[in-house]
Amino acid sequence: MGEIRTTCPYCGVGCGVLAAADGTLRGDPEHPANRGRLCSKGTTLGETLDQPGRLLHPEVDGKCASWEVALDEVAEGFRKALAEHGPQGTALYVSGQLLTEDYYAANKLAKGFLGTGNIDSNSRLCMASAVAGHRRAFGEDLVPGIYEDLELADLVVLVGSNLAWCHPVLFQRLQAARAARPSMRLVVIDPRRTTSCEGADLHLPIAPGGDVALFNILLRHLHVRGFRSEAPGLDTALAAADGETGLDPALLATFLDWFATTPRTVTLFSQGANQSSAGTDKANAIINCHLLTGRIGQPGAGPFSITGQPNAMGGREVGALSNMLAGHLDWDRPAEAEALRGYWQTPNLAAGPGLKALDLFRAAGEGRIGALWVMATNPAVSLPDAGRIREALRRTPCLVASDCTRESDTVDLARIRLPALGWGEKDGTVTNSERVISRQRAFRPALGEARPDWWAIAQVAARLGWGDAFAWAGPSAIFREHAALTGLARPAARAFDISGLADLSDAEYAAMPPTRWPVVRRGEQGGRLSPPARFVPTPYRPPANAPSPAYPLVLLTGRLRDQWHTMTRTGSVPRLMAHSPEPAAAIHPADAAGLADGSLARIESPWGEATLRLRHDPGLARGGIFVPMHWTSRFAPSARINASVNPAVDPISGQPELKHTPVRLLPAPMAWHGFLLARRSLGADLADWTALIPVGAALWRHELAGTEPPAEAFARLRALVEEPEAAWVLLEDPAAGLHRAALLRDGRLLACLFLAPDPAALPRRDWLIFLFAEAAIGSAARRALLAGALAEGPAPSPTLCVCHGVTEAVICASIARGANTPALVGEATRAGTGCGSCRPEIAALLTKTPVPEPA
Amino acid sequence: MRVLVIGAGPAGARCAVRLAERLPGALVTLAGAEAALPYDRVALSRLLAGAATIEGLITHPLAMLRSLGIRYRPATPIAAIDRAAGEAVTARGERLPYDRLVLASGSTAIRLPLPGADLPGVVLYRDMEDVRLMLRAAQRGGHAVVIGGGLLGLEAAVGLAHRGMTVTIVHAVGWPMERQLDPAAGALLTRRLGMRGIRFAMPASTVAVEGEAAARAVRLSDGALIPAELVVMAVGIRPNVALAREAGLPIGRAVTVDDAMRSADPAIYAIGECAEHGGRCIGLVAPALEQAEVAARAITGEAAAWAPRADAAALKVSGTAVWSAGEIADDGAECITLRDEAEERYRRLLLRDGRLVGAVLYGDTADAGFYLDLITSRRSVAGFRAALAFGPAFVREAA
Repeated sequence: MGEIRTTCPYCGVGCGVLAAADGTLRGDPEHPANRGRLCSKGTTLGETLDQPGRLLHPEVDGKCASWEVALDEVAEGFRKALAEHGPQGTALYVSGQLLTEDYYAANKLAKGFLGTGNIDSNSRLCMASAVAGHRRAFGEDLVPGIYEDLELADLVVLVGSNLAWCHPVLFQRLQAARAARPSMRLVVIDPRRTTSCEGADLHLPIAPGGDVALFNILLRHLHVRGFRSEAPGLDTALAAADGETGLDPALLATFLDWFATTPRTVTLFSQGANQSSAGTDKANAIINCHLLTGRIGQPGAGPFSITGQPNAMGGREVGALSNMLAGHLDWDRPAEAEALRGYWQTPNLAAGPGLKALDLFRAAGEGRIGALWVMATNPAVSLPDAGRIREALRRTPCLVASDCTRESDTVDLARIRLPALGWGEKDGTVTNSERVISRQRAFRPALGEARPDWWAIAQVAARLGWGDAFAWAGPSAIFREHAALTGLARPAARAFDISGLADLSDAEYAAMPPTRWPVVRRGEQGGRLSPPARFVPTPYRPPANAPSPAYPLVLLTGRLRDQWHTMTRTGSVPRLMAHSPEPAAAIHPADAAGLADGSLARIESPWGEATLRLRHDPGLARGGIFVPMHWTSRFAPSARINASVNPAVDPISGQPELKHTPVRLLPAPMAWHGFLLARRSLGADLADWTALIPVGAALWRHELAGTEPPAEAFARLRALVEEPEAAWVLLEDPAAGLHRAALLRDGRLLACLFLAPDPAALPRRDWLIFLFAEAAIGSAARRALLAGALAEGPAPSPTLCVCHGVTEAVICASIARGANTPALVGEATRAGTGCGSCRPEIAALLTKTPVPEPA
Repeated sequence: MRVLVIGAGPAGARCAVRLAERLPGALVTLAGAEAALPYDRVALSRLLAGAATIEGLITHPLAMLRSLGIRYRPATPIAAIDRAAGEAVTARGERLPYDRLVLASGSTAIRLPLPGADLPGVVLYRDMEDVRLMLRAAQRGGHAVVIGGGLLGLEAAVGLAHRGMTVTIVHAVGWPMERQLDPAAGALLTRRLGMRGIRFAMPASTVAVEGEAAARAVRLSDGALIPAELVVMAVGIRPNVALAREAGLPIGRAVTVDDAMRSADPAIYAIGECAEHGGRCIGLVAPALEQAEVAARAITGEAAAWAPRADAAALKVSGTAVWSAGEIADDGAECITLRDEAEERYRRLLLRDGRLVGAVLYGDTADAGFYLDLITSRRSVAGFRAALAFGPAFVREAA
């Protein structure tokens, strides 16, 4: 069997992947999104296939059950909820991880047959504001541009997007274009000086929430410069109030001038814009400027919303957000709802929009939801005010979770657990951020009793008496039904129309190449879109909750380069964990209130608190704290930042304001800090503060801190790893609070435990970790073991290039030998020549490391 | 000048040699109580263990002494000192005149005043003759009890075990070598000796040696009876100070001397185990040799002063290097321990006020100099405390 063409399950770039039967993977050179490239996460996909902790069998009330019994239980739960609460007492909460076919089935069950609009997707956290902005401006949720525009543009403006880390392949395409055409400019608008700023022509460190103000100013500036448009609504848009951008006037003027004078401008926006109580206005403020300059759907020009998840777009297409019908049909146009009712042949079509995510969980918390089915997502962690979400999940009588992992906070809470197919096992389609529909194909057998989500949905539907409407033989049948549905709006103009794909045979579906919509007729391919549009006035509103003397700092949450969502997949890949192993909060040193770099700090908001490692980062604007949103109780229970995030939402999109929560910073006093390296995971509740980090084949790092006396902690933790026939090497200095231990058997290292009163007094972990790979450690290493380093030799250095395992020290050495560009560093060390997502960090090292003058 | 050195142990012999070298015209006499040539007392354990011959222990062959012009008088115990006359009187009544006298008479092993302590088969462990007795007993095999778990006792036990005897050590403290080792290092040593078949009764005290014509067993205070055809007492030493006392010199535990090792009589010096400096007596060979050097220089008219270094003891017990310096008991001090029991390596460092005041190294003593320097210099170790136990290679002091 040759290689199977499929699509990466991570971000919204939607890269093609070639999968060999033996699990080796590479970028698909023929896929239009990536042309063979992959990022660090994509490169390590092969390492995620055999995940420990897979959910392999259905479970009911914590016990293994047959599919029959489990599905009966689900159906019974929904039947009961319908009886007790009516349709509005049932709900589905789904995910951009689902394939379009699964998504379609879920939406059909909810809106078509349960009769409720209560199906929302975790895209609510990611894309809802962009969707709402598109619908207000274009009357439909559509992204006008394509990726190629990023390469054709003369000016690319990133708004609230750390493209270098979150969409690395797209960033590499952009960087390659800039290298070929140095006149091309990159502007980054972000309160943080992110990796994407390395090599950018301009960084605008905007005040959090200031984007609308900035683009309102830009709109007026463009108008003053003579730009005009016939589209409706310009006057009110021009009259919309300004607000504070916090920007230096000279920087602002430069940006305004560049934008005004560069016809080929792409404004790419992402979570930094969307996750706001003014997220929809941000999208429209951006679109307004492109509308006024006529830069929409032109080569190298347009507003460009980039999605977080692989199939956020697919979910939007099938209507898996509570305020949308299927196929971009709309309740506001009653004929369309009627057409859908007829097409589905259902008497139960939901009468109107359902509850958006936060409202949905609020209803659950108030006991108004009798049955909730969560698929492929982890709301217990990812939603703001997450403590309350957990309570809501606990309160829901019939909580069903479909997932491929058993180790998720939400799956833990579920009464019925259904094993879903993982990536590589499931089969269907996804749509990326440039509207390209790609096939995700199975290339390995399903594990355990895992089954497709659409199948589970159809089984439950059948048990509820709607079997005929869900009697699909496979995903191709669902896709055909979905594609045909997109023609229902005709003759009304609707960009999302793929009815040209409605008669694909099974074989054609199986072989379908990447296809951009619209596809109105068979054989067509979509391109750039220039939809009729309107200006939307976007008066500036400050973020919902303002900082106060009690909560003077602003918390922004976001992503790391090598992690994905709540780490259910990436968390188990040591190479990916190595980039940022611990949950850390970044803060400008001047805001740290005397808390040292590397210390533990508590972040408190009126909604919750979290304790994280504090990192001083002069690249962060004053007054802000940046915290990655990835950590869960599986890896770091005290670092779940979403518990502290304010539950404010955008009034139109319902998207939570994850990028602006007033917080305060406090020390997290601990009696001791330490780490435990062991050959098995000892869990994430080993101490008052724990971060669990997989570091290699059967090696786990536990970063710890606690309030009990250190000697007690030392004894307790040693007892956990004790093994027969093994011997300890011990260093104890109780007066200084230093306790170190290593457990060995026949020269093989089994565990290391280091405790100190101050995190700075702990050695680097690298060398110790390296020793775990040795069959038997030598005598010099054994003597140095508890020192944490050999007396001689270079200090251990962190790995910067994950793909090729190149350390920072090696890169700096190559720079010192004269490699003065990222390309030369790559030639010398291979660093940055894989996925390229470390290249901005290499560029940063180039600016720090003195390069020798040529002789 | 006539110089008489009384005692041909390591300190006496060294002092005589230095005097002969420095004072070419002088008449240097070295009088030893034993019949042998000066020998390495510290190496007696090697003789017992069969790792050395009697000849191999001789440190100063007769030809060497002669070529230096030293008059060597073996088997010449001194009975009295006539300070007024400037003469020493031998046991046979011979009078040996001196201008300067060096007392290097060492010490005597203590024989416990127990019932049966005088029975045949009960030996001390001090000189070559004791070793001969032990070797003779060992030839018959059987059981031996060594009373005393200090260095000498352990060496005797190892030697006898090596010679095929079943050996039990009776020791009053809970671990051996308590003056040099803390309990943990003592436990390591106990385990190591145990692997050689040596048994321990500790803490335990002997109340009697049982037997009629000869020793047969040792009775402990708890009533236990340990069979023993050979009983070796290695419970400590008593400085030989009778001569000095009778000569009217001030005596503490031994002959009190000043920094130049001179007694209250400016013509008389005392060195080694029979000397008491600053209220303390030494029991180790290295400082005794230093004292010999100082006394020799002082006698030749040089300014010389002996200063005790931190008490450092470097020992080899049963093939294991052991070193200690400074304080041993941890009363009130802060304690850093580093141990790798499987590899038989152990370190314990005692700190007060951020300074090193004591160190025990077991198994690996390569860093002894580093720790001794820290103890004597009283330097602060606060800046590198976490690395301290790993030795100088790991210590990067802030510039």
